[in-house]
Amino acid sequence: MSLSPARFLLVLLGLAAALAPLWVLESFHLFQLTMAVIMALAVLGLNIVTGYNGQISLGHGAFFAIGAYVTSILMAQADWSFYATLPFAAAICGMVGYAVGLPALRLGGLYLALVTFSLAVAVPQLLKHKALEAWTGGVQGLFLMKPDPPRWLTSVLPLNADQYMYLNVLIVSGICFLLAWNLIRGRIGRALMATRDHPTAAEAMGMDIAALKTGAFAVSAMITGIAGALSAVAVEFVAPDSFTFLLSITFFVGMVVGGVASILGSLFGGLFVLFVPNIAESISRAAPGVIYGMILIIFLFVLPEGFAGLVRRILTRLTSRRN
Amino acid sequence: MPLLEVRDIVVRFGGVTAVAGVSFDVAEGQICGLIGPNGAGKTTLFNVISGIYRPNEGSVRFDGHITTNEPRHRMAPLGLGRTFQNLALFKSMTVRENILAGAHSAGRAGFLANALRLPHARAEDRAARQRAAELLALLQLEAVADLPVIDLPFGTQKRVEMARALISRPKLLLLDEPAGGLNHGEVDELATLFQHVRQSFKLGILLVEHHMSLVMRVSDKVVALDFGKKIADGTPDEVRSSPEVIRAYLGDGHGDAAHAA
Repeated sequence: MSLSPARFLLVLLGLAAALAPLWVLESFHLFQLTMAVIMALAVLGLNIVTGYNGQISLGHGAFFAIGAYVTSILMAQADWSFYATLPFAAAICGMVGYAVGLPALRLGGLYLALVTFSLAVAVPQLLKHKALEAWTGGVQGLFLMKPDPPRWLTSVLPLNADQYMYLNVLIVSGICFLLAWNLIRGRIGRALMATRDHPTAAEAMGMDIAALKTGAFAVSAMITGIAGALSAVAVEFVAPDSFTFLLSITFFVGMVVGGVASILGSLFGGLFVLFVPNIAESISRAAPGVIYGMILIIFLFVLPEGFAGLVRRILTRLTSRRN
Repeated sequence: MPLLEVRDIVVRFGGVTAVAGVSFDVAEGQICGLIGPNGAGKTTLFNVISGIYRPNEGSVRFDGHITTNEPRHRMAPLGLGRTFQNLALFKSMTVRENILAGAHSAGRAGFLANALRLPHARAEDRAARQRAAELLALLQLEAVADLPVIDLPFGTQKRVEMARALISRPKLLLLDEPAGGLNHGEVDELATLFQHVRQSFKLGILLVEHHMSLVMRVSDKVVALDFGKKIADGTPDEVRSSPEVIRAYLGDGHGDAAHAA
């Protein structure tokens, strides 16, 4: 891909905006931003299967939890380094996602939503189960440590563990967003959308719907699982109750608010679901849920196509004016 | 050997026999029209050939392969392209993206190759974009190439479907009522387009069509169905003058079938 000067400038600005918080924000806010980027990555995963491929999942919290636990178990029980656990978390979530994608071939729409929802309800209880307690730590969960920045890095760039964590999350998420962008712009991305828009026509174009749908589930679960793995390390703790079904709904809200079938929208969705509840709480301590609900409703009224729809409208207006 | 061999196809829906033992051939590069009154079984037969229905009896051989038991998505790679009666475009995509989606069967790159933009994935994408650009020009879609397909008039959408089917370079193009919903001038353009497409793409066309004068004008060969049976098979002139065809269209009175539509 050739970069036009305008696009290059945009990439530079984006990089600056992503890196600036390292020095601008103090620890707690940097941690929040780290979590927001992680949420954005989880929403991106959901967007691949639900937004682009049209298979509704209300159970992505389960993949997030599995990713978090794979990394935690390997780090806490087997002393693995954080980066070494990531491919394992991704692979296991990918396999579980593929397996969930199989019944999805027979069940469409609302029924699939229920199946995935039941997964989200079941996983936290499985994590508490006695048979797995030796690994998962049961109800108590597992504690881990953020990795310290390596010597070679601190000698060039003095970073504490929080800043290093943010940097890691930024790099891993950045790579995932880039790969997802490539995937969606190419042959497979078009096939995912075509399958969603008109399955019969998609088959007539030679698209193997079963392979595409299970593949979409696997990739989607993988991305959300990586987000889960990052969150476990960022929080330095996992417990079954961190992954209630509400988490799956939160991802869903992030996807809709950010923009269904939008990669940039996923980023915005992550920021929204992390920061808006905080804003709601600062407005009313007694009933933050009411405020959050109101903000959500207003947002959906004003921007029915999510944040991505707004950006699209602005871009169309700009280009049509130029012509 | 003919490109398409349809042999003794029988399709029953419950107690109703929609197609009752139909056989015919389409040769390479031939334009074959499939006609018949409403309910004659044209669309059912069309769906058997395109792989959407499995026949109860009989077989379809396309380019040397028996396709009757092939999965639906294997038809396009074999060289069978199609359009749909009531338009089946990918509505969230632009014109160009719709056409590119048609190139799916020409590609190989999977999830990983696409995500990593490996060289062969990029080469495929470049080739597909090049062909899409040619088809946009051929079908006069350049001005609307990057507009959402859903916003375009019906006739334009039909041309998009045609381009989407052509980009995979099919050996046989199945067209389900291509003239449906088009006005007089557009039907004329369509006839010219068929001839042009056949010459430049070297493909056969099988069209199901109600628009009798179009069928008679463009077809090398016409197959007429009535009540699920073949009643005539031959050149447009032969079929036009066949007593059975006249009876099917006009009842037992006299007249020219060509006027029936």
